[in-house]
Parts: sequence; C-alpha cells; structure tokens
Amino acid sequence: MKRCYMIFMVLALLITACAAPTTAAPTATLPAAAPTAAAPRTLTVFAAASLTNAFEEIGNSFEGNNPGVNVTFNFGGSQALRTQIEQGASADVFASANKKEMDALMKGNFVITETSKVILNNQLIVVMPANNSAGLTALADLAKPGLKIVLAAKEVPVGNYAVQVLDKLDTALGAGFKDKVIANVVSYENDVKQVIAKVQLGEADAGIVYTSDTVAAPDLKKIEIPAENNIIAKYPIAKLAQAADAELAQAFIDFVLSAEGQSILTKWGFLPVK
Amino acid sequence: MPSHRLSGQHSKKTNSQLDWLFVIPGAFLVLLLGLPLAALLFRAVNSNFWLYALSESALAALRLSLITSLISVAVSILVGTPLAYALAHWKFPGRTLTGLLIDLPVVLPPSVAGLALLIAFGRQGVFGGLLSMLGLQLPFTTLAVIIAQTFVSAPLYVRSARIGFEGIDPQLEEATYVEGATQWQMFWLVMLPLTGRALISGAILAWTRALGEFGATIMFAGNLEGITQTMPLAIYLGFERNLDVAVVLSVVLVLVSVALLGLMRKLDGKQIH
Repeated sequence: MKRCYMIFMVLALLITACAAPTTAAPTATLPAAAPTAAAPRTLTVFAAASLTNAFEEIGNSFEGNNPGVNVTFNFGGSQALRTQIEQGASADVFASANKKEMDALMKGNFVITETSKVILNNQLIVVMPANNSAGLTALADLAKPGLKIVLAAKEVPVGNYAVQVLDKLDTALGAGFKDKVIANVVSYENDVKQVIAKVQLGEADAGIVYTSDTVAAPDLKKIEIPAENNIIAKYPIAKLAQAADAELAQAFIDFVLSAEGQSILTKWGFLPVK
Repeated sequence: MPSHRLSGQHSKKTNSQLDWLFVIPGAFLVLLLGLPLAALLFRAVNSNFWLYALSESALAALRLSLITSLISVAVSILVGTPLAYALAHWKFPGRTLTGLLIDLPVVLPPSVAGLALLIAFGRQGVFGGLLSMLGLQLPFTTLAVIIAQTFVSAPLYVRSARIGFEGIDPQLEEATYVEGATQWQMFWLVMLPLTGRALISGAILAWTRALGEFGATIMFAGNLEGITQTMPLAIYLGFERNLDVAVVLSVVLVLVSVALLGLMRKLDGKQIH
C-alpha cells in the first residue's frame, strides 16, 4: 500500500514537472507591446543550418524590438529538424531550406499550413580553400580525376540541390561530367556548415554550398554557377501547430518578412523574395 | 520480495519496510535505460526488419564497422599490451603523465578527438605535410576510421590490461626471476596467462567502443558509403532518410553489443568464481 502511494507521488511529481512550462507560457498577450514583462516569453525556432548567421542577427533584432522576449535557435540540416519535430521536439517556428521538408510537416499537421510563407531565395556556388591548392578555375575542373570534393548528403536540401545542378551541368558540359564529379566525392556531410568546414580546413579541394554561405566565409575561393545551370532554393517558414505562444511565433515570422528582416537576410547573401 | 543475501539474520518484515528506498530510485534508472531500448526493439519488430537489415547499404556499413573495429582492437592489443605492462611494472620518468594521457580519451567528447585528429593529421594539419611526403592523405579514408576508433577505444583496453598486470603478486615475479627467467619469459609465460581474462575483457570493451564510434569518425573520416560510413554514421543519416532504417540498424548494433557484453560477463564470471 505504502509502496503504491510512493510510486504515485513520484509519477505526480514527474507529471507536474513536465506540464509546468507549457501552462506558464500562453498567459502573455500582445507580441510587440509587452512592457510589463512579468514572465519572460521564449520562442524556439528550428532553422536550416544555412540560416545560422542571418537568423542569429534577426533573433537579436527581434529581441531588441520586443523586450522580455527570448529567442532560442536550433540549427541543423532541414531534414534532421523535420524528423526532430515529427518525433516530438518542442518548437514554435520552423524555417526549412526546401519545400519538401515543410510539405512533409504540413501533411502530418505539425505546422499550420496557412502560416507558411517563402522568406528568401538562395543559389548554389562552388567553393575552394583559400589557397586553392588544386588550382581550380572553371566548373569543368571539378571533373579532374583525383580531386577531393565534399558534398552534403542527398537527404540534406543543399545536397539534393547540388545533384540537380550537377545534372544541369552534365547536359551543358557533357563528357560524363556528373559521373566524374561524383567519383571525386570523398564525403557526404550532414549539413552545409560541415561542407564549409571541411573546405575551410583545406581537407577538401572543393565543395558545393549556398552562395549565402560564402558571406560568413569570405576567405574561400569561389566559382560561380551560371544562372541557367543553377537552381533557386526557396526557403519556407511556418508556425508549428504546437507553438506555445502562437502570437509570438507569428510576430517572428512577420518580422522575418518585414523590410528590416529582409535587409538582414540580404546582408547575409540571400536573395529577397520581393 | 527481494531475496537479501543476509536475509537469514534479519526478519523479512523490517527489511521490506525500507525496500522502496532502493526499489523506486533503482527502478527509475532501470526504466530510463530499458524503456528506450524496448521502444527501439518494438518499433523495429513492427517494421520491415529484414528488408532494412539486409539492404545493401546496411550490410556495407555493418561490414565496414566489423572490419575497422576488429583492426583497431588488434592494434590496441599489439601496442597497448606492452604499454599497459610497462605502466604497471616499470618506474620511468613521465609514467604518471603517460597514464593520464591514456585515460584522457575515455573522458573526452569524441568531437574533440575528431577535431584534434583533423588538426594533427589532416592534409593541412600540423603533421599533414610530413604525411603527404610519405604519400599518405588520411582524411576521408578507411584508415582514418581505424585511427579514430583506436584513438577512442585503445585506452579502455590499456586500462583493463594495466589493472590486470598490477593484480599479479610481486612475490610471484621475484620467484620467477630467482628461477632465472628473463624479462620476456616472465611476461610471456607468467604474466600473460595470469592476466588473460583482464586482457580479453578489455579487448571486448574496446571493441564495443570502436563499434559505436561516431563523433571522431564523422569529423576525421567523413561519410562515404563503403569507405567511411560505419554503422553509427549510417544510423545518423538513416534517421534523416527513413526513421525505420535507422531503428533497424540501431537494433542490429544493440544486438551485436549485447552479444559482446554477454561474452565479457561470462569471462568475468569465471574469474570471480
């Protein structure tokens, strides 16, 4: 009898501990005008790894505009973030580097479909280490045998985009270009920042990343991919169905789409949507 | 309910009154460790287990994992045994420091190990130029996988072996010398047989650790199917591709580890009784 009672007590404690944060959050009212700031409001944003620098700045500005608000980020490959959300990770806003992951979450009713907006466009570029030790000067050089090329895995949005670009270049350059490049790939990384890191360290001769990534890594050498062979990556953002503070989540999305938000994104190398 | 070892001396009633003090916290930890594994098993059973477990990339990852981890264990035994012996029986300058260095990788996050390996032995690393002159480029190779695994797992073997060697009665050593044995004979004919079980359980521990190595591998060796994509890496990427693939691969790895730990338990058991 006594033992049952103790087990019940432990369970009760656990349940209240788990329930506490969710019951505390939704009491706040307007997103912008919250000068009372009785309880700090927190917003959790899951965002594609390529958005790291831009969103950190956006988060700071958003916090500056909204005293008492605290924004925390979880950056990673969009495909990984999607799985985390599907498996019950607690988040309020999701920004993906492709439509596919967002669509999957819409289908599963994890995000509120009506809130989904495209926030920016992005393109791909080839990067080399600062010393460009392999001496690459043109896209065709990527097919040189013996090169060490690093891509993101095909499951990662940028890895998938890279394959699309290689397909287009294959038709443009011919002579089995894509197969030769793929034969040079020494590693498929988990997100775009890992690709950048391997190139920056000089371990890889080249990598295919977003143009926006080169802003935070100005030392890297670049080879542009012509527009006709390039892709346009559209980044959607949406509010999660489980968002504890729905108003705050919407306010964040609105801020990303505002002139101020868009100018920060442009500064970090993204193409604005308007 | 539980049968205490000393139950003969106590009345059962007074004992069970305080049992919950042990049962509840203990059960909590058992559940914390057991439930996730049970859930993994449950999910795997309810998916196309054999389809995923026998898929080409899963088998490639398992094969690579087994080969690389076995090589790294073999290396650990070859170079770790003499080191463990020296640490246990010799006095030399820097002995404490060497011991510390050996213990360090056990507590270091594998990502630190991966970064350190990359900074040291990467193409642009501190010793990269030297390796290049020898025609060696380590990152993105299977060799890099083995090095990463050895880095994190060899210390476990050395620890266990060292404790084994230290456990030998010094009088026995003296007796062997008195009988006119050389250092080598004593090591080979006396020490090794006496520490056999400690060496084997250390080797198994190192093997399971090498099998599970993830962080250092992905940083130092990268991820390419058939070359550097071991089971843990395949699980991580499978998680993003198709959760069921990751679950099934995880269960395969859990089963292999359970088998190895079971083997070790059996050896340890023999030693005690």
